[in-house]
Amino acid sequence: MDEQDGHASGCGGSSSGKDECQEAIETLYHFLDGELTETRRHQIAEHLHECAPCLEAFDFEADLKLVIARKCRDQVPDELRKKVLHALIEASGEQLGGEYRWE
Amino acid sequence: MASQTMFVDEAMQHMGSLYTAALRMTRNPSDAEDLVQETYLKAYRAFGTFQEGTNLKAWLYKILTNTFINTYRSRKRRPEQTELDDVEDLYLYRRMGGLEAVAAGRSAEEEVLDHFTESDVKEAVESLPDTFRMAVLLADVEGFSYKDIAEILDIPIGTVMSRLHRGRKALQKALFDFGLQRGLVAPVPDNQG
Repeated sequence: MDEQDGHASGCGGSSSGKDECQEAIETLYHFLDGELTETRRHQIAEHLHECAPCLEAFDFEADLKLVIARKCRDQVPDELRKKVLHALIEASGEQLGGEYRWE
Repeated sequence: MASQTMFVDEAMQHMGSLYTAALRMTRNPSDAEDLVQETYLKAYRAFGTFQEGTNLKAWLYKILTNTFINTYRSRKRRPEQTELDDVEDLYLYRRMGGLEAVAAGRSAEEEVLDHFTESDVKEAVESLPDTFRMAVLLADVEGFSYKDIAEILDIPIGTVMSRLHRGRKALQKALFDFGLQRGLVAPVPDNQG
């Protein structure tokens, strides 16, 4: 059941080490998403400095996040760009008599 | 005091991201193009109400997701509920031999990640239920903050976090299944006993 308790691996031996690992893994995504307070972030970073298995798990998830961002992009078809510009020009014509403002 | 001329200059720069999101949401290039065009037109017409200094990209995403939810999502193709209760955290990592690799002093998981193709990743994202898919796209692909995502989707931050949590689990499971099919990862016995 060791795998089910939020533990990245069998790191640490003492119960406090284990709690720290569990805490680190629970805040992993908040950490990677940049959503932790400065203090909390610092605490986790310190733990990662001392705990190779947790660091490994964080590295993996950070890489996964990058891979997802990088491999999920699509090129905008030129045709769409033209179509949208055209539609916007048309829409601006509709409004010329209105409150169109030049800045 | 936002002018519509300014809108064209600035908003057009975000078309790549919006088109990517539209494709993932509609899963269909022609619907995606319509969705993007509609988003730009709506944004253009409403630009007078846009507050300068606020996040234009987030505002465009809000219009895009609202339009998607109101127009395209009604043609629902799959159930929202997936069985994620048995999917644990770090699903993919644990199955890629994290423990053993660390013990051996070297792991190749990151390299395995590089072998996932663009279409693996896109299909995995597209396999997620709508609500999870939007949260994952906004956070992982576009890098929006939880606060921005809450604003874009008009849901509380707690809901953002739980959708992200579940969405990421589902995404990892989908990626693992692709990895299995393509022989990138080996099946791991459940009980290592």
